[in-house]
Amino acid sequence: MSRAPLSLPASVDALQDALAGERYIAERGLAVPIYLALKLRRPLFLEGEAGVGKTEVAKVLAAALKTTLIRLQCYEGLDVSQAVYEWNYPRQLLEIRMIEVATDLDRTAVTRELFTEAFLVKRPLLRAIEETRERAPVLLIDEIDRADEEFEGYLLEFLSDFQVTIPELGTIRAAEPPIVIITSNRTREVHDALKRRCVYSWIPYPSFEKELRIVSSKVPGASERLAHQVTAFVQELRTADLYKAAGISETLDWAAALVALDRDVLDADVIHETLGILLKNQEDIDSIRGERVSTILARALA
Amino acid sequence: MGSGGSGGSGSFGSRPWLVPNLLLFGRVLRAAGVHVHRERMVDAIHATEWVGVKSRADLRATLCALLVHRHDDLPLFNEAFDLFFRAHGASELHMPLFSLGERARVVTRRDAGAPHRLDVEEPSADPAAAAAFALGAYSTVEVSRTRDFADFTATELEGARRLLLRLRWEPGIRRTRRWERSLRGDIDMPRLLRKNVMRGGELIELPRRVRREAPRPIVLLADVSGSMDRYSRMLLAFASGLTRSARHVESFVFATRLTRVSRYVAATGGHRVVSRMVRDLHDWGGGTRIGEALRTFNTTWARRVMRHGPVVLIVSDGWDRGDPELLGRELARVRRRCSRLIWLNPLLGSASYEPLTRGMQAALAHIDDFLPAHNLKSIEDLAHHLRHGITQHL
Repeated sequence: MSRAPLSLPASVDALQDALAGERYIAERGLAVPIYLALKLRRPLFLEGEAGVGKTEVAKVLAAALKTTLIRLQCYEGLDVSQAVYEWNYPRQLLEIRMIEVATDLDRTAVTRELFTEAFLVKRPLLRAIEETRERAPVLLIDEIDRADEEFEGYLLEFLSDFQVTIPELGTIRAAEPPIVIITSNRTREVHDALKRRCVYSWIPYPSFEKELRIVSSKVPGASERLAHQVTAFVQELRTADLYKAAGISETLDWAAALVALDRDVLDADVIHETLGILLKNQEDIDSIRGERVSTILARALA
Repeated sequence: MGSGGSGGSGSFGSRPWLVPNLLLFGRVLRAAGVHVHRERMVDAIHATEWVGVKSRADLRATLCALLVHRHDDLPLFNEAFDLFFRAHGASELHMPLFSLGERARVVTRRDAGAPHRLDVEEPSADPAAAAAFALGAYSTVEVSRTRDFADFTATELEGARRLLLRLRWEPGIRRTRRWERSLRGDIDMPRLLRKNVMRGGELIELPRRVRREAPRPIVLLADVSGSMDRYSRMLLAFASGLTRSARHVESFVFATRLTRVSRYVAATGGHRVVSRMVRDLHDWGGGTRIGEALRTFNTTWARRVMRHGPVVLIVSDGWDRGDPELLGRELARVRRRCSRLIWLNPLLGSASYEPLTRGMQAALAHIDDFLPAHNLKSIEDLAHHLRHGITQHL
């Protein structure tokens, strides 16, 4: 199998074009860090509120670079068996039973075979390393802030040498570092030691112009007027004092819902009917419902 | 190196001023309090070659991506950047622009740039009333352990401060989702196989595992309004002791608005911390709006600090100038997200004190424990209560 090296964009402009080709709008403030992460081959650390499109960066970057995306979703208690590898013990148990049934087998030789690749369950980090034998993949480590500090410690080690040691099999090394993208919703402060290895970028909520472009390109069914009004309303809503502001994906869902309802223009009634798509917190919905919807709408349409 | 890009590039030879300027900028950032690491400076210098320095926006994005790794530092970075590269066209950065005077401005403007300056309220009316309550709170017979903090002399305060710093805190435990080996608990199947298969599949060892336990985090919300003035020094020692002894402590202070002080409190040295804090927070000693402070906590901080079933300690005398309804609503929300909500009220040390204020009335419905915090004994009792009382309750 021959390696097909990645062709990286030659400049920030080229990168912006490549991302635009995947219908992702990256302004300079984001394109430059991505470009630098590729150039320096360092992990890209993307921080920002939930729903600003951090995960999307990894997806479109993989598509733009024509390589695989490998995703590791973090959660509390995430450990090596879920992040790196695990032995498939149900299969191993079955195998032992089969050996027991068969009489003329060399027990020691077969039991040794229980710890071979056939019984290995490869998890995202190991897969990312193996993938580099063909072509460096994009490794997305999503919502690192959900994992605990133990995992962060492991990740720090993993990111410095990109190798995995399995006692029964030996050490597996990456042919080249994968392109790593780490995201965080900042529900907690990730340790500086990890961030220091990365190129850092904070993704804010999109500007009106950017969000309008996103809505127009992702919800083609929406009329120009509706896209405009939806975006303006969401932008205005984000300035309201809420527990949980609406992200881009909420804007897109809402726009799609309004299209499905054959709406071409916003009014207070339809907003009330569909508010649950935009806000996911009952207290927020209660506080916006009624008078405030009209006020926000009036400001948005002004 | 393949470079190119919008800004073009070139060797450092053609821009001999670039490297010294970047190094200088790194120093400005450090002086402004941004943690800049030396290796990242090297990366930054290379990166300016690749991205080019023709566009100021690109230069900003480049330096920001490499030299900043905390969201909190972004405003500082932007300010330092504007200051440093100010007055020079986007195209060229000719000469060192940096002077000591400018560095000082970067530092001081950190406070001035805070989103809203405080309108400090006149704290006269409430504390007078509060004092009337609290003055009857101590018995002169006892030694300092049961004497009200408000009546301590400077020497006693210092002694009490030291005691508070040494107090041991164990805020109860929670079960994490991480496994650890154990003598009891479930059988650890993957390990069972690894350990026994090599011996021909005979089960000789039976490894077991349990979910690991960890101490609960603590979130401290302390009232530093005028009426709490006499307790604030002790409060800070209390917070520092807590932060040093327990593993995950987040501290906030509030009067009319809420400020996170975890970093200040974690720093060693008592008095200096107080004076630095008082200087940085315009809020100290103002009036109280507990409900609004809690609202800020719930909207901007709760998501980040209310993880893993924390124990929440609110220290306040309950003299609230805000809306009691808002206080009740926001407190209910805090209660839903924590494992235990404890309200410490220094006035509760007084036998004659009754929680009659509207704010306190609104709060009582939502709190688990309503405890005094006016002397050393009450704080020690609290530590004991956390250690022994809480784990069973949960």
